[in-house]
Amino acid sequence: MLKISNLTARVAGKNILNGVDLEVNAGEIHALMGPNGSGKSTLAQILAGREDYEITGGSVLFEGRDLLALPPEERARAGLFLGFQYPVEIPGVNNVYLLKAALNAKRKAAGEPEVDAYEFLALIKQKMKFMQMSESFLTRGVNEGFSGGEKKRNEVLQMLVLEPKLAILDETDSGLDIDALKVVSNGVNSLRDPHRSVVLVTHYQRLLDYIVPDRVHVFSGGRILKSGDKSLALELEKRGYDWLQESRVA
Amino acid sequence: MSSKPQDVEALIGRKYQHGFVTDIESDSLPPGLDEEVVRAISRKKQEPAFLLDWRLKAFRHWLTMREPQWAHVHYQRIDYQDISYYSAPRTPANAPKSLEEVDPKLLATYAKLGIPLHERARLAGVAVDAVFDSVSVATTFKDKLAKAGVIFCSFSDAVHHHPELVERYLGSVVPAADNFFAALNSAVFSDGSFVYVPAGVRCPMELSTYFRINAAKTGQFERTLIIAAEGASVSYLEGCTAPMRDENQLHAAVVELVALDDARIKYSTVQNWYPGDENGIGGIFNFVTKRGECRGRNSKISWTQVETGSAITWKYPSCVLRGDNSVGEFYSVAVTNNYQQADTGTKMIHIGRNTRSTIVSKGISAGHAENTYRGQVKILPSAEGARNFTQCDSLLMGAKCAAHTFPYMEVKNPTAVVEHEASTSKIGEDQLFYCLQRGISQEDAVNMIVSGFCKVVFKELPMEFAVEAQNLLSVSLEGAVG
Ligand SMILES: Nc1ncnc2c1ncn2[C@@H]1O[C@H](COP(=O)(O)OP(=O)(O)OP(=O)(O)O)[C@@H](O)[C@H]1O
Ligand SMILES: [Mg+2]
Repeated sequence: MLKISNLTARVAGKNILNGVDLEVNAGEIHALMGPNGSGKSTLAQILAGREDYEITGGSVLFEGRDLLALPPEERARAGLFLGFQYPVEIPGVNNVYLLKAALNAKRKAAGEPEVDAYEFLALIKQKMKFMQMSESFLTRGVNEGFSGGEKKRNEVLQMLVLEPKLAILDETDSGLDIDALKVVSNGVNSLRDPHRSVVLVTHYQRLLDYIVPDRVHVFSGGRILKSGDKSLALELEKRGYDWLQESRVA
Repeated sequence: MSSKPQDVEALIGRKYQHGFVTDIESDSLPPGLDEEVVRAISRKKQEPAFLLDWRLKAFRHWLTMREPQWAHVHYQRIDYQDISYYSAPRTPANAPKSLEEVDPKLLATYAKLGIPLHERARLAGVAVDAVFDSVSVATTFKDKLAKAGVIFCSFSDAVHHHPELVERYLGSVVPAADNFFAALNSAVFSDGSFVYVPAGVRCPMELSTYFRINAAKTGQFERTLIIAAEGASVSYLEGCTAPMRDENQLHAAVVELVALDDARIKYSTVQNWYPGDENGIGGIFNFVTKRGECRGRNSKISWTQVETGSAITWKYPSCVLRGDNSVGEFYSVAVTNNYQQADTGTKMIHIGRNTRSTIVSKGISAGHAENTYRGQVKILPSAEGARNFTQCDSLLMGAKCAAHTFPYMEVKNPTAVVEHEASTSKIGEDQLFYCLQRGISQEDAVNMIVSGFCKVVFKELPMEFAVEAQNLLSVSLEGAVG
């Protein structure tokens, strides 16, 4: 599904990614953990196609294609979804309208017919129910005035409608109350499928109680420092990140 | 990110679609302006003496005035002696009485512009008074309006058939000596529209006029006068396009609105004149004086404008709130691209008690364009309990454009409440990336974001035209990002 090899990148003259190697197979869920400022969001944004970053080396294959050669909208249509750490507000643009445009852009690229308004409304209502979002969100602007938790829920709603092959969720669990955390986790688990993969960027083990990862990686200083199974997350919870730095030096 | 400036510029560079010239023999005056020209215009139009006197007074005053220099626009000085002040299309039957009598070439021109003379179904219920250069050539739905007692005709017709109304109201809101361009218009105005809605009548349809500038080197000096008598209401839309020209063309219109007790006037403009090419060559100079007076108690005037055209726009639709409890509104979207310059805004003059005004201005600049909002809120000592709310937002696309905001407030009554909000934002790279990440193309994303930004204003447009305005916006800004 995704193969990142020795990826390096910088912004404003500062090296942020320093040789990232990561392979995510179809059907797997990976958790990416690591201290603030270590470059997790940078990696996610680069994968999604943000051009503020200068890629200085390495390669990324997505289903065997050179991901870095595609513009962001084509990456999205090919099935890559980024759940943003800070979803942006777009005032006056209807939340549902944007989502319908997104779905149709994807379908068009796949040579499928566009969904009509009725079909779409039925679909979105069903997904909103699943995400326990009130129908008032049908008429509101994209993230306009949404609370922090509502924005995250809305990201997952979009993911459910777009059914990506690879979802990268950047701290989608941050700022959620306990109930919302369950709802969001259910959303992610409902997408679990042998042909789909998820990369969860998170600071908290508690998310991984609900969404059990196949692999856990510790990101530090712009690279993956250590990888393991779900027990690594438990260990991080207990011991923090410092011991890893030390063990590396040792 | 994917919205590199060069992409943006490539995408903005969409050619003006309405660039064509209709080949019709014109009955024009040679270029130049003196008292004899003013008399000749009046003579050609067989005007009553009061009007000639009024024109001459305006002309003499204009001679003493100087062109205003304070607007935030730059242009080559206009040579007023190099302009022809009268041009009428010559048709076999001098005054066509029905569509069939109209020169087919003219109708073809309108068809290209999408004016629905032949496809009325599309804009069912809309009467179109099409102005071709200086003479009104076709008026539809006159009968239905006449039945309701509404007078909707060309200004020249009004002068002949309702001289007492014209004499009573002409210049009563915008005096001939009001400003340089208004004085010039008063002296040489050619034609325009006239609306009178009698007391207690709700005008049964949206009234609409499309202006079009055709003959080369012809200044356009429209004059529009709309009167809503006690308890009357009317909604009026003006839309404009012009063919492509290499020389800048002057347009100096005057619009006067009068609302008596409990009357309502809604005046909407969708302006799409030739803005000049991507290098700033050509385009219309648009210097307009638009003012409405809420003369009666509880009256309301609201201006809604969507401005995407013209090389230079200088325009401040204003409200004089004289009647107690009267309401003035101004909703505006002004888009400037390439080398366009817009200096626009509004004035709200509060005179009566408990008068209220709302100003919502959305400026969008792309390319090298300059977009200036200039607003004045004046609360006179008599305006007990007056309230104003102003919101001006600017959206910038790219690094070479600019937005300026000049709000002026003058509050002379301590009970008045005046609120002002302003914001300037770059079209958010984050917003754009968010849309792209969802698979939406750059062009669609920009349209979406800009439409969202303008939504509060579009909501104010009559339904039939909201869609048109939206389309116009996407054409004007196709792919404009930064
Ligand atoms: N445009 C930029 N200009 C300068 N520095 C940047 C820019 N973008 C990211 N950085 C820096 O890169 C580093 C990595 O940031 P990133 O957002 O990827 O961290 P993160 O691992 O996601 O952190 P967190 O856990 O706090 O979300 C930070 O030090 C950040 O300040
Ligand atoms: Mg982050």
